[in-house]
Amino acid sequence: MNPRFLQCLLAGSVLLPLVGAEALPDNLREPVSVLRSIRPEGRGNVAAAVAWKKLAAAEARNLPALLAAMDGANDYALNWLRSAIETVADRNRAALAGAVPELARFLADTVHSPRARFLAFELLSQADSARAATLLPGFLNDPGNELRRAAVQQLSEGASAKAKAGEKAAAVTDFQKALAAAREADQIEGIAKQLTELGEKVDLQKTFGWVTRWKVIGPFDNAGGAGFERAFAPEQGVDFAAEVEGMKGRVAWRDFESKSDYGLVDFNQPFTSLKSVTGYAAAEFWSDSARPVELRLGCKNGWKVWLNGKFLFARDEYHRGVEIDQYRLAAQLQPGRNVILVKCLQNEQTEDWTKEWEFQLRVTDVQGTPIVSTK
Amino acid sequence: MNSLTEFAMSLTANVRPTFHNRWLPAAAMALALAAHADNWTQWRGPLGNGVAPDVSLPSQLNAQSIAWAADLPGRGLSSPIIVGERVFLSATSGAKQDRLHVLCFSLADGSLRWERQFWATGRTMTHEKIGGAAPTPTSDGERIFALYSSNDCVALDLDGNLVWFRGLGRDYPNASNSLGMSSSLVVAEGVLVAQVENDSESFTAGLDAKTGENRWKLDRPKKANWTSPSLFKGDGGKTLVALQSSKGLAAVDVRTGAVVWNYGEGASTVPSTTIADGKLFVPSNGLTVLEPGAGETPKQVWRSPQLRPGTSSPLVLGGKVFALNDGGILSCGDTADGKRLWQLRLKGPFSSTPVAAGGFLYCVNEKGLLQVVDPGLPEGGVVSELDLGQEVLGTPSVAGGSLLVRSDRKLWRIGRPSAL
Repeated sequence: MNPRFLQCLLAGSVLLPLVGAEALPDNLREPVSVLRSIRPEGRGNVAAAVAWKKLAAAEARNLPALLAAMDGANDYALNWLRSAIETVADRNRAALAGAVPELARFLADTVHSPRARFLAFELLSQADSARAATLLPGFLNDPGNELRRAAVQQLSEGASAKAKAGEKAAAVTDFQKALAAAREADQIEGIAKQLTELGEKVDLQKTFGWVTRWKVIGPFDNAGGAGFERAFAPEQGVDFAAEVEGMKGRVAWRDFESKSDYGLVDFNQPFTSLKSVTGYAAAEFWSDSARPVELRLGCKNGWKVWLNGKFLFARDEYHRGVEIDQYRLAAQLQPGRNVILVKCLQNEQTEDWTKEWEFQLRVTDVQGTPIVSTK
Repeated sequence: MNSLTEFAMSLTANVRPTFHNRWLPAAAMALALAAHADNWTQWRGPLGNGVAPDVSLPSQLNAQSIAWAADLPGRGLSSPIIVGERVFLSATSGAKQDRLHVLCFSLADGSLRWERQFWATGRTMTHEKIGGAAPTPTSDGERIFALYSSNDCVALDLDGNLVWFRGLGRDYPNASNSLGMSSSLVVAEGVLVAQVENDSESFTAGLDAKTGENRWKLDRPKKANWTSPSLFKGDGGKTLVALQSSKGLAAVDVRTGAVVWNYGEGASTVPSTTIADGKLFVPSNGLTVLEPGAGETPKQVWRSPQLRPGTSSPLVLGGKVFALNDGGILSCGDTADGKRLWQLRLKGPFSSTPVAAGGFLYCVNEKGLLQVVDPGLPEGGVVSELDLGQEVLGTPSVAGGSLLVRSDRKLWRIGRPSAL
């Protein structure tokens, strides 16, 4: 265990370092604790407003400590702390240059919150943009998405320049390196497009890591949207051998393998273009170990998702749009066999742009690195 | 002064403009202080109807009319709001538009006074045209409040100090719209009204302006809704907020969230209700005019299918009501009976809502062409144009004898140079 992290644990529930540049002076410990105690629905806002003023009055030398206070903070607290740090930086613009060495040390320590480290990078960039530029390539495989993204962008821009200069081999090498590091869909697609233009083949399905082998069953009813709340047979338990009552008679699970670059599970293929219907898709997903993952879903229909019978999330919005990783569902894989169940609902709309009855799903870590089934 | 004007004045009465920008040259400061520091504290101005009372703007615009243009760090179609000598604007940036910006500019010279950034805690996916900074911020004179498509809501004092932060999309995780959310904020009687209406977890919240905590939270129709709330005075002097939706319009007590009356004949989910002369001009079945009375049900004054607004909301000026469709046809009707008086073809397409000042209408199309319309001409007429050269989707604001218009990249101040 990282010694600093151990120190944080020993500091108690607030998890603040006790010594070093990241140690908060006594007068800032209590306000930090208040901000980190912010809860949903604005609970804690009143005390936070008072605490925020104390933090915003801090000195530039306290910046690493305030950044460290973001470690493990919830999304509300991150914003309160960010705003205080920005205010300190604005008020101490001249002193920011003196804080560069400490900011660089903070940035290099990946135990810190990715967001805190990116903010440290932004502050460092404001104080010493040349130094920031030299640090950027080192973040290509960073655990923080914002830093990683910036490094991927820098590498891709360099590769583009090489391609324009006719240095194809060098450009391809850099693009492939960038593609391996990229975790966000727009960057993956952009780099893949440029590689394709250079004559290189990119397996998008594999790069994104879609779950492609499913079993599907349907159709079930969704007249008037009532299918969303109605628990049809697959929700009682996934039994691939079972034949159950569907909307128009008995229905059974059937194999469906997505051939799409984007892993689309298109219910219109097995069931034809239907309206006011419900379909289910289930996939076995094998894991060597128990581990936290994200199930990342893109879907413009109504949907519900379960993992191993545990309900994760649902949404009853239809045909407003879809994108890769539209919904990120935190989940826990168990060792061995897991079963992902997706309920996908089509409504009654008849416009051209409402034909889709489909979804895409991949399993990733929190950063978006694909995790594939081991079987 | 009618009751609505009095009401609007009461909303802004406590505004005491402060001015201590150490970077601003002294001469510019003196000029700025001499300027009329009127406030434009919400989408469509202090009256919430797009009309700048007692303000004269030049009707002949040209390239020399641009006082300044400031660069923006992010996208948006929200309108600027103005409190004293400060112009506040929201924007979003980043590949996922998940970086939320609040910007404060000097009205005098467009210099950036301060900027604050936040991370979105709710979903940021939107249609390309809407983006993350569609709702216009508002101010109670002491604080400014900014809401984003992610349903993150920020309160800052006028100097940029954080007062509170709410992640409404985080608190209520199905409160989002994959096309984007655009309802602007209003604030009255210490309550900030955030209309968070969508196909799934649909509600409107009354947030305590001082703390951000829920004063009330009202379940609303489960249907995507891009309209904005409008404030008006109800029976007995109660401040009511009109919440328009696909179902119609609900008048809600701003202090308690209690529904006072309902109009249930359906309404558009894009253009918003305009309140003028004690009446509600509702984009419903074309345009429907309601007159609230002592009873629970408002009286329908007239209805006109011919005066159907597009994305733009209706505007009322001098006994005439104007409805602009997306293609650029400006229809003028009589507010007394809804009779269509004339139609004028402007150069479209339009997403923004016109504003009125000094008897003229200022209409900016999506291509950034600002067209000044004289509605006093027999069939209306365009009297000047100014090409801003960039896509403009947001509604202009009026302050300090000038128009403020924003694109994804620029904020312009446009007016009579000698008056600025």
